[in-house]
Amino acid sequence: MEFGRFPVLLRRELAKGVIELWITCPNAVNAAPGQFVGILCEGMPLRRPLSICRTDERNHAFCVVFEVRGAGTQWLAARGKGELLDVLGPLGSGFDLSGCESKSAVFVGGGIGAPPLLAAAQRFGSRADVLLGFRTAASVILLRDFAGTGAHVFIATDDGSAGHRGLVTELLGARLDRAPCDIVYACGPKPMLSAAAEIAAAHGVRCQVSLEERMACGVGACLCCASKIRDASGGEHYRHVCKDGPVFEADQVVF
Amino acid sequence: MPDLSVTIAGVPFKNPVIAASGTFGFGREYAQLFPLSTLGGIALKGLTLEPREGNPPPRCIETPQGMLNCVGLQNPGVTAFLRDDLPWLRTQGTVLICNIAGSTREDYCRMAELLSEAPVDMLELNISCPNVREGGMAFGTSCESVGAVTRAVRRRCKKPLIVKLSPNVGDIASIAEAAESAGADALSLINTLTGMRIDLRTRRPMLSNNTGGLSGPAVLPVAIRMVWQAAARVKIPVIGIGGISRWQDAVEMLLAGASAVQVGTATFSDPFAMQKIIAGIESYMSENNIQNIFEITGSVKPYESI
Ligand SMILES: Cc1cc2nc3c(=O)[nH]c(=O)nc-3n(C[C@H](O)[C@H](O)[C@H](O)COP(=O)(O)OP(=O)(O)OC[C@H]3O[C@@H](n4cnc5c(N)ncnc54)[C@H](O)[C@@H]3O)c2cc1C
Ligand SMILES: Cc1cc2nc3c(=O)[nH]c(=O)nc-3n(C[C@H](O)[C@H](O)[C@H](O)COP(=O)(O)O)c2cc1C
Ligand code: FES
Repeated sequence: MEFGRFPVLLRRELAKGVIELWITCPNAVNAAPGQFVGILCEGMPLRRPLSICRTDERNHAFCVVFEVRGAGTQWLAARGKGELLDVLGPLGSGFDLSGCESKSAVFVGGGIGAPPLLAAAQRFGSRADVLLGFRTAASVILLRDFAGTGAHVFIATDDGSAGHRGLVTELLGARLDRAPCDIVYACGPKPMLSAAAEIAAAHGVRCQVSLEERMACGVGACLCCASKIRDASGGEHYRHVCKDGPVFEADQVVF
Repeated sequence: MPDLSVTIAGVPFKNPVIAASGTFGFGREYAQLFPLSTLGGIALKGLTLEPREGNPPPRCIETPQGMLNCVGLQNPGVTAFLRDDLPWLRTQGTVLICNIAGSTREDYCRMAELLSEAPVDMLELNISCPNVREGGMAFGTSCESVGAVTRAVRRRCKKPLIVKLSPNVGDIASIAEAAESAGADALSLINTLTGMRIDLRTRRPMLSNNTGGLSGPAVLPVAIRMVWQAAARVKIPVIGIGGISRWQDAVEMLLAGASAVQVGTATFSDPFAMQKIIAGIESYMSENNIQNIFEITGSVKPYESI
């Protein structure tokens, strides 16, 4: 974990209201896939948690991809090359990628839940199937980037304007019915995660999910980002998304 | 070189900047960023006799220049703290203040007894938590209950005792006086102000507990006023808390009558806020030829009221 002010290297709009921001930050280059950063937005006391989408060792940079939601992301979306951002990170613990050199994985991303999966998918190359769900064709992002990792990419949209018409979790069910895999990684809205967890469990496949919770400190000190997690003996306790997560074993999350 | 050290209830602090309870955990997280020995002290996360799970999420929401929280005193309980955290904390070279809460007067007394035998420097009686159903703030809002719990704990506590006051009261000076006459060695204030936000779209409160405690820069003027009123009434030292994010805010708090300050929410925005505040106080003292913190404490020059 490091802290400092780092310059924006590149800003791009990937879809309407979805921004990719590259930040030069030597310390974040070694971030594990699934980790996040806390970025301070001018005039706002709490850092915005954003997942690291990928890193670039040559340029000592990392990127976040985010959707404009409220005042913070709106301010962030208006930053340009050279502007300094106040960054705390990398934070949290990422996906368990042990065995990625030989195992097969299925990635399930819902909307803005897609970017946090990219760096992890990269590790699996062609042994990964990536299933991404979006509202409509115009909101599809990172398609080429996921394909570039060697993964087989499948899209679902709510209105059927691209790929499968329906839920991305329907693609997951069909995929696991067809053939087994070693692990499922999921990131997206809670209902999607809970459905993915159920489908993976029904197929006897291990599943890891990346959770979101409102945060204050981002490091595990304030206990604001609580999420209920089941322990080995079945007891349910609040754990903290910023420190114990954001990635958890799906069968331990109390949805 | 100005001397930043202060002594509160016989306990020496190397500087007057202390991490506020609940915003700094048991110190382990921020110790990855800076040595805890640079701080005057740490008021540790509020402890209860038994472990507490705390409230369901969402537990916090940002507000203009502040935040609301309803963590609800999640903590591992005093026994686990003594076993798992205190031995490490003791090696960190800073003053350790145990913040304690209970649902009954007897809970507070038991905690005080247990911690009196442990290597902690001071106790801070949290009778001002707005986020728990039983106890907490209920003890802190009338002179009688503040006096009663303070007196009971004082009898069974061998450590210097700070009483942490709630701002959710009408007459803070009388409450401060009640704590002092019941045997408090020092006061700290303010805890959070109760507040609420509602989501327009869902018509749901933004916190699971419906209401929460407001902290951060937004509360600074309220905290300054209350510290000023309380410090004017009591002889025991006052620790000023609430909304401090810059060295100027800390000096203002000292001027109002505080002997030291605690910094909470500011650490979330800037993990090094306390370091910057300490450095800022030091250069302010040098520039103004001030040798000791106590020269600043209470030196506000109020207008004559009419
Ligand atoms: C670990 C983690 C990783 C994330 N990664 C991404 C990402 O890669 N891309 C992306 O677009 N979004 C991501 N989010 C969600 C993102 O943090 C919020 O969309 C953002 O904080 C909204 O800020 P705002 O000021 O625009 O919105 P506002 O609604 O005005 O924010 C008000 C407050 O609520 C908090 N908040 C609002 N929505 C969320 C949320 N969904 N999760 C947590 N806090 C929230 C804000 O941080 C702020 O403190 C992530 C969240 C978490 C917890
Ligand atoms: C997330 C959070 C948790 C807190 N937990 C405690 C606690 O356990 N015990 C306590 O006495 N005060 C607690 N407080 C109150 C702070 O110690 C402090 O009194 C208050 O936040 C005002 O200071 P600030 O504006 O500098 O944050 C908490 C505050 C926050 C924001
Ligand atoms: S945000 Fe403070 S503990 Fe997670």
